Amino acid sequence: MEKVFKTFAQLSASFVFVVLVATVAVLYITAKPAIEEFGAHFIIEPRWGVDVIQKNIPANAPPTTSTSTRDSIKPASSAPVVNTGVADEALDDGDDMSIDDEFDTDESIPTDDDMDTGQSGLPGSADRNIKTIYGGAVPIVGTIFSTLIAMLFSIPVSMGIAVFLSEIASQQIARPIGIAIELLAAIPSIIYGMWALFYFGPFIASVFGGHSVSLLIAGLVLAVMVIPFMTALSRDAINTTPNVLKESAYAMGATKFEVLKDIIFPYAKAGIIGSIIVSLGRAMGETMAVAFVIGGIFQFAHKVTDATTSIPVVLANNFSESSGMSMHALFYLSLILFIVSFITIFFAKYFLMSKR
Amino acid sequence: MKNKMEIKNFSFTYKGAKAPSLNQISLPIQTNKVTAIIGPSGCGKSTLLRSMNRIHDLYPGNQYDGEILLQDKDGKHQNILAIKKENEFIRLRQKVGMVFQKPTPFPMSIVDNIAYGLRLTGLKNKRKLHEQVEKSLRDVALWEEVKDRLNDDARGLSGGQQQRLCIARVIALKPEVILFDEPTSALDPLSTLAIEEMISELKQNYTITVVTHNMQQASRISDYTAFMYLGDLIEFDDTETIFIRPSEKQTEDYITGRFG
Repeated sequence: MEKVFKTFAQLSASFVFVVLVATVAVLYITAKPAIEEFGAHFIIEPRWGVDVIQKNIPANAPPTTSTSTRDSIKPASSAPVVNTGVADEALDDGDDMSIDDEFDTDESIPTDDDMDTGQSGLPGSADRNIKTIYGGAVPIVGTIFSTLIAMLFSIPVSMGIAVFLSEIASQQIARPIGIAIELLAAIPSIIYGMWALFYFGPFIASVFGGHSVSLLIAGLVLAVMVIPFMTALSRDAINTTPNVLKESAYAMGATKFEVLKDIIFPYAKAGIIGSIIVSLGRAMGETMAVAFVIGGIFQFAHKVTDATTSIPVVLANNFSESSGMSMHALFYLSLILFIVSFITIFFAKYFLMSKR
Repeated sequence: MKNKMEIKNFSFTYKGAKAPSLNQISLPIQTNKVTAIIGPSGCGKSTLLRSMNRIHDLYPGNQYDGEILLQDKDGKHQNILAIKKENEFIRLRQKVGMVFQKPTPFPMSIVDNIAYGLRLTGLKNKRKLHEQVEKSLRDVALWEEVKDRLNDDARGLSGGQQQRLCIARVIALKPEVILFDEPTSALDPLSTLAIEEMISELKQNYTITVVTHNMQQASRISDYTAFMYLGDLIEFDDTETIFIRPSEKQTEDYITGRFG
């Protein structure tokens, strides 16, 4: 019995690593074609699913093998040899465009095959030599900015609530508010999304202008969503400050604010930073609530009230209709999100562990 | 009146408690003397000590009755139980300093720990701050040990050093009374000895009240001793009298180790 129990416990523990390795492996393997195709340029490339006609390739280097074709395409795709008309059209079409792209992608594969068979040198084939470009810049920037806006609003509010609950409010008030905070944390994100789309978004739009879907609203909804987490975690961190430490500061004639600023925050610093980073990770990966209110169009937001998109939203909206290179590009995007989240959580753990 | 503090018919009831934890305590705290309060656990000695700088007021709902008088520099007496305003509390706590059972270094450097209270009083002059820090650390015989690492985190000091740091922090404010709440119960014998010697030194300039559950310590360092039991003050007298010829049976039983 002892042995069975031990084996079971070990198996359960190793399950964690299996899942982690399997996830990373699948993400990487599926993203690999896109990584090879677009490289690091993917991160700064703003176009998604845009067809580019490659005029130079047939003239400069008639391809002999498929691998050399790929190599020669790569620099060409980064060069600004773009059919601007197509690019603009893609930007205007926005969301709908990605659906059309799937067909383009499929068509572009036989085009490559044609090239390999030696037809590429013929006049007129240059028009058919179409390549679809995928770039992650818009969703990456959208994710970063929506998260930043969320942090900007949630950090002061959360700290205010946490301080109020642990230091200012009496037990009779702190307890019901504490329970309410934990209930808020339990609300599924899709409900926040619906609430934001029908009530919160129009309200914010009426105050700040713009549409009822925008980067600002997405950031604010994220802020509302992470406030309960951040509050609960930082309240717990603040509560770890020993009473006798606070008392000795009060006994020296410190006021409540001075005790907070000089004793409690420095003492609970590690936990508070940890709570912020955990919330940051949640905000970055949030899908449903953001999908409702960010707009989901491939366009940089020039104002905070413009609609844009974020990585999880792109993944959720486009997965069902993608195949081939667009699928690989989505995996590439998710790999980026995974790495960024992983680093964030790693830092959070580091801060939480280095606490004393 | 020669007494620095005078506790008169003082009763204290914790929030929500039916019976008071202290009953009608009357106790003089004499100027520039060490007064020890002894008694078994739960007898109310810490509760009494914590009333003397109103630190109880951090937790609302407690009830005070009676009077605790504190002598001003010009000889007048003020009833500290009448204090209601925040800035008066601050002034009281700067006059009546407190050292706690466990060392409580603040999460900052050694020098900032000492300078903290001074900065709270509005002292900003760097040179003066440094002078005060050095003087306080010398007073507690810590200067030689820490002078090369004044900017290190105070939490890196040993327990005994931390407790001396806490005492230095209190005396940097130049209080009139220092309250010690079992200051050596978390320390090893050597550090205990150092703190006890220091308390005997400090009484030249300060009025000191020590709560201790260690009777030998009370007999070593105090001039007067009060014995408390279950919220009552049983006996108060010269330390010598209390330990050699106590007039109450309960005191004798406690001192000879028959209970408590």
